[in-house]
Amino acid sequence: MRRPEPVQIVKQRRDAALQRLVAGVPYIQFLGIEIDRRGDELTGVLPYDEKLIGNPMLPALHGGVTAAFLEVTAIMELTWSMTWEDMEAGKITEDAPRVVLPKTIDFTVDYLRTGLPRDAYARARVTRSGRRYASVNVEAWQDNRTRLFAQATGHFLMPQRDV
Amino acid sequence: MADEQPKDRTEIARQFIEAIPHAKVLGMKLTQVGDARAEITMPYDARLVGDPETGVIHGGAVSALMDTCSGAAVMVHPEAPIATATLDLRIDYMRAATPGDQITTRAECYHIARSVAFVRATAYDNDFERPVATATGAFTVERAPT
Repeated sequence: MRRPEPVQIVKQRRDAALQRLVAGVPYIQFLGIEIDRRGDELTGVLPYDEKLIGNPMLPALHGGVTAAFLEVTAIMELTWSMTWEDMEAGKITEDAPRVVLPKTIDFTVDYLRTGLPRDAYARARVTRSGRRYASVNVEAWQDNRTRLFAQATGHFLMPQRDV
Repeated sequence: MADEQPKDRTEIARQFIEAIPHAKVLGMKLTQVGDARAEITMPYDARLVGDPETGVIHGGAVSALMDTCSGAAVMVHPEAPIATATLDLRIDYMRAATPGDQITTRAECYHIARSVAFVRATAYDNDFERPVATATGAFTVERAPT
């Protein structure tokens, strides 16, 4: 039986793959979104910034920022789950071509509460992943995991992969 | 009164949009407004790219523009709500916006009830024959106390 890989090698490989995915998208950097990883579970983190405000009177996060944060988290989760096996098999190396991202077909956001001027978190779940289409559900919260401030569902067109 | 009001409200709407920090960083400009309709543009910006392979703007930035423009259409409805917030917004992405083109969104608040307003919006790049995305949304309506 093969010995399990040393933990540092596993972590290094997964973090490098995730880093490559996130760093390649200018808009993710622009909003300041970070992706936190625990094993294969991803959490989108949106650190508060004044430029994310949509209503200066309240103040509240811009509804478009919330939508964007949810969409980014959904796309990252979908791409991550789509490439996980190849990545674990060591097929996604430094010089491999860039991973082609899924394209959003439609995206529906439910605004449940005002987005407060503080950090926000989001987690997505791929509810159906087919060869051409995928369906993703995503939830966002701030102080309490059970008090969602927004949720969304989206459909995505999967990139055509060789094989 | 009747002829000064529309101009007044256009100016108020413009100031309102331009005071939104997130609208400001995206370079949004209110180009037309009035009678439950609004038009807002957003210039192409490399920082908003969602796919570095193609240089296409991220759907999220288009969402922000659609949301802002839809809210503006509610605010300029003749029934004059004093505030609004998004309840839900669905966006359909028809095609990728051409890299380098500015995005123009036109929104119309086509129905307003006591507490809810219904809006549809369309986003275009430089080709106004083929929309980039469409949106439909429901918004809250805050009315001035009577």
